[in-house]
This record gives sequence, C-alpha cells and structure tokens, in this order.
Amino acid sequence: MSYYDPKDLRKFGDITQWSEELGTKFFDYYGKVFEEGALTAREKSLIALAVSHTEQCPYCIDAYTKDSLQRGVTKEEMMEAIHVGAAIRSGATLVHGVMMMNKVNKLDG
Amino acid sequence: MTKLKTQSLHKRNSDLAKANRQLEILSNGIFRDGELPTFAQKIKESGQFPLRPNKLEVLQINVGYMCNQVCDHCHVDAGPDRKEIMTWETMELCLDVIRNTGAHTLDLTGGAPEMNPNFRRFVDEASKAGIKDFIVRSNLTIIRANKKYYDLPQFFKDHNVHVVSSMPHWTRGKTDKQRGDGVFDASIEALKMLNDVGYGMPGSDLRLDLVYNPSGAFLPGDQASMEKDFKKALLDDFGIQFHNLFAITNLPISRFLDYLIASENYEDYMYQLVDAYNPEAVANVMCTNTISVSWDGYLYDCDFNQMLELKVASKVQHIKDYNEAVLNDRNIIISQHCFGCTAGAGSSCQGSVA
Repeated sequence: MSYYDPKDLRKFGDITQWSEELGTKFFDYYGKVFEEGALTAREKSLIALAVSHTEQCPYCIDAYTKDSLQRGVTKEEMMEAIHVGAAIRSGATLVHGVMMMNKVNKLDG
Repeated sequence: MTKLKTQSLHKRNSDLAKANRQLEILSNGIFRDGELPTFAQKIKESGQFPLRPNKLEVLQINVGYMCNQVCDHCHVDAGPDRKEIMTWETMELCLDVIRNTGAHTLDLTGGAPEMNPNFRRFVDEASKAGIKDFIVRSNLTIIRANKKYYDLPQFFKDHNVHVVSSMPHWTRGKTDKQRGDGVFDASIEALKMLNDVGYGMPGSDLRLDLVYNPSGAFLPGDQASMEKDFKKALLDDFGIQFHNLFAITNLPISRFLDYLIASENYEDYMYQLVDAYNPEAVANVMCTNTISVSWDGYLYDCDFNQMLELKVASKVQHIKDYNEAVLNDRNIIISQHCFGCTAGAGSSCQGSVA
C-alpha cells in the first residue's frame, strides 16, 4: 500500500469542488503558464519535468514524462534536464558549506 | 540492412489476430462497467449519433498486407508473412471505380503497396484517371530493400504520385525501437533519394509528406510544433526536406492493442483518449469522407474498421457492386477504437482534423 495512487492524478481537477473560485483560478493560471510564449511548450515541459524531480512529486513526474514524450523529447534530453535540477539541488546544499566554513573560521580560525 | 522485429500476430496465432477478440476487449472492462463512456454515448452527448458520411473525398485502397517491416504498432498487423494481396482482377474493378468516382483523392496503402506484383501496372492505369491527388503510402525502407525498388522515386515522379511516408522520429533510437534495427538509416537514404528527384523540396509540386505516430502509449503532440522540430532536425542533421508532417494517433487495435495490454498501459491509454475527446474532431473524422477498400475488394468506413472486419453497413459491400450514392446513405460503424480519431486535434490518415 502506497500513499500515492497513480489513478488519483485523474482526479486532480476535483480539488475545485471544495473551493471553486480558488481551484478555477489555479487551473486557469496553470493552463496559461504552459501555453506557447517566449518559451516553447516543449521547453516548458522540460523545465516542468526537472522541477517535478526536485519537488519529488510522483504525479508531476508521471505527467511531465508523458508530456515530454508527446512533444518528441528524447530520453537523453529528459535525463539532462533532470541533471540540471539535481545539480541545483546539490549545489544548493554545497553552497551552504561556505556558511560552515565561515563559522569554523570564526570559532576556530 | 534492416532487421525484422518479430512476426505478425497472425503468424504467431495470437488471440489478438482475431478481429472479434479485439472488439470484445474494446467493449468489455472499463467500458462495460461504465467507468468510461462508450464512443456511442460520447457522440450522443454532442448530438453526432449516428455518425453519417459527408461528401466522399478519399478512396483509400489497401492493395495487400504484405510488408518488408514488422513495426510494433502496425494496425494492419502487416509483415513479410502476410499473404493477403490484391489480385489484378480486383484492381481492374477498382480502376473502373477510380475512373468514375467523385472523390478527389486516391490513397494507396498496405502493407508495403510496392510489394504487390501488379503495383506499377495499377499505378500506371490509375494515374490516367485524372484524380487530383494520388497518394502512395510508402514506408521508405522498401525503396532500399532490393535493387528492383531503387527506381521507385523516379517511378513516383513519372506518375506525379504524392508520397506519404512514415517516420516515427528524427532520431535513430526512437525510430528503430518502433520499426526495427536499421530502419532509420534506410529511411534517411530513401528520403535523400526522393529529395534528389525533387520530392519534398520547397516550391516543388512533387509532394512528400511524413507521418509521425508516437512510439509508445502516449498521444501525439501538436502537429505544427512537431513539424517544426522534424524539419529542423532532418535538415540540420541530414540535409533532408519534406513538405508537411501528419501527426497520427495510434488506435488501440491489432499490434498496438497487444502492446498496450502486454505493457499494462491499456486502461491509462483509453483514459487519455476519452479525456481528450473533442466533438469538433468528430465532425471531420476521416470515415465521414473516405471509403476504404480491402485487398479482396470489400468496402469499409476506414482502414481501421477494415482490420476489425467491420464491413460498411450498406447493401453495397463489395467493389464489384460499387455505387457511391447508395454507399453514402449509411451509418458509420463505430466502437471504442474510434476515440483514437477524436482525441485532441483529432487524427486521420491526413493528420489532425480539428
């Protein structure tokens, strides 16, 4: 038994039932964000895929893997996008090492 | 050298080679217990039941199920082991119809239509009938399969044939996964040969269009965006040009249905199709302007219904009795596979419809 059921993704739209105004505003906004703009829909899909992984959201990973495939994105492009996300996440951890170094230098320099 | 992926479902005596078994699957499970609406229920909701033909525009003739490839998702279950080939006698009956039809497009398909021994004689005769758009659906690799086919680009040019060819992706990996090892390289060589005689070049009257269908259990993306990506990649990487890209949805029948079930993607895929149902696509779905003729001369609403052995609901069911007015007064036979043609921007042998 898992907390996550892939079928629940199909029910995402149901969140509007308990707060129609906010739910509708969210989905309008969401739809607008992913429209072709200064970035292509394909580029947005790859960004979404990378962020899905940094957010570690199983629903988003399912959705944007499929969305990327639909847009002709190759598995090599998908993996590179995820590495971008992973690099930022690990970089964000490591850059705090400077704080640690500062503190060590202050306390024990 | 291309390498065959497998054998046809027919050769393997698969249960799914049987049309009635496929239709059973498409009517049971999630559709029987009401989890998803049937296609009939959906088109009733949008006031489009029963589905009726508009003016006939396309006469599509399947000259045989034999093919040099065994692609993963072939709705025809075509392959070298298929022996169903249109005879010259049936072709003559087709020629009588072609000379008198009101349709503006003649569309030859297969299998690999070029493998029919009377293919060239048939094209030669049909091209004299004055049809506005004469399409041959070529899988590309056939042009490189054997020396006897090397002159096909020139033959197509001599008969002013509009070439429509399958190309699942602009990368080798995705193409070969779906269609067999070596298919990508052979397709690229064939496209260069077609370009060399003038096919697909900007401003050329020699039409070369490509067909894209997804390599797995997902729907095609936006046709215009895909076309842009295909054009850029094929030109940058190989110097290849073509006119238009048709994005076609895989319908859940035959080998694609087999794949969906085996990979446990069937239910999700049917959900995707039903969720993406678009009533606007129903209005222009290809069965409303097409008659499909099988290798043995029977008539169908589309090539998919042909593979499901669902003959037209008309007293005219064979090319020998062909009568356009009688045929046009019929209800189109539908089942849940039809959701494939009405998803999103819709899908037809000519690409998106909405």
